[in-house]
Amino acid sequence: MLSIGSPCKSSSPPRRRRPSVAAWFAYSKTLDSRPRSGRGPAFRGNHVKSGRARRFAFAIATSLLVASALAKEALPEAADPALEARMVSVTSELRCLVCQNQTIADSHADLAVDLRREVRELLTQGKSDREIVDYMTARYGDFVLYRPPFKATTVLLWLGPGLMLAIGFIALLVVLRRRSRMAAEAFEPDDDEDDSGHA
Amino acid sequence: MKRLAFLLPLAAFIALVVVLAVGLNRDPRQVPSPLIDKAAPAFTLTRLDDPDRTISRDDLRGKVWMLNVWASWCVACREEHPLLVEFSKKGLVPIYGLNYKDQRDDGRAWLARFGNPYTSSLFDGEGRVGIDFGVYGVPETFIIDKTGTIRMKHIGPLTPEVIATEIEPLIKQLVKKLDA
Repeated sequence: MLSIGSPCKSSSPPRRRRPSVAAWFAYSKTLDSRPRSGRGPAFRGNHVKSGRARRFAFAIATSLLVASALAKEALPEAADPALEARMVSVTSELRCLVCQNQTIADSHADLAVDLRREVRELLTQGKSDREIVDYMTARYGDFVLYRPPFKATTVLLWLGPGLMLAIGFIALLVVLRRRSRMAAEAFEPDDDEDDSGHA
Repeated sequence: MKRLAFLLPLAAFIALVVVLAVGLNRDPRQVPSPLIDKAAPAFTLTRLDDPDRTISRDDLRGKVWMLNVWASWCVACREEHPLLVEFSKKGLVPIYGLNYKDQRDDGRAWLARFGNPYTSSLFDGEGRVGIDFGVYGVPETFIIDKTGTIRMKHIGPLTPEVIATEIEPLIKQLVKKLDA
């Protein structure tokens, strides 16, 4: 259903992509500097002029072209860097519903872009972090929280790992106790340990 | 009992497999909405076909209605669209569209091309009302009762089964309610 193709794209409106001149310059610079820096294995010296190296360079160049064509334009930063930092700190705790393993701060899904805008606005209205988190959970539920609250439905989620560990320790204890009560004849002699003492 | 103890690891393994199988067969994209059984968020939006006329939540109070979130760029919406057109012909409830993050002209052209099942479509170009409704995967469908309370939400395209087994019975029940 929704997850046909890329789940992150399926519910995003199309965007007009403007080719970014700045991005192009950045890319062409990285292209220029790579062979000279000589760090990459394919560019270890200028004498490597074989067809293979050239094809490799061509492949890199084309892949960069494709990458720049697919890249979205840089998001406009808020005029106020302090506000932007707070926005990022709040949205880093919130899950994006479109790309579910990304935070709203990281995701490029259009919903995440809208929600960052929303958070910026709420922050400029003077809302606290708590109020913003409440705003999100009112709409999307506890699912948006990377740290879900501790309550009846999440008890197993929070205590589950500790519980498993406890069960493991108890099992270990039971086994060790049982073994300690067994007579020495119940165990096979450990031959390489006894060698040094008796020989 | 002691003799069967060697089966314990196997039993634990089977239990784990069952848990994982259930987990894998659930759709992680179906996030339960906290809005169910809560009042629908307030909105006032212009109509898609007429930017000068608005519709607000309170205009729709007193009737059971369906809100279908759609957009011309949404592929899955096209998939469910014939079903909605068919459903609208039954005339059970008014269907209001929420044209989500779309361009007015694109939305209108889309309806002209594929048919218009909506009593009216609300235009939400910025997607703000969509956010208030917790929309994250278009298409989404809500059923709202006479008191303005959200009774059901379906995420993703409608299917004939969902309409027949969930939406229609619920609507019939909600329409009857409070009438008596």
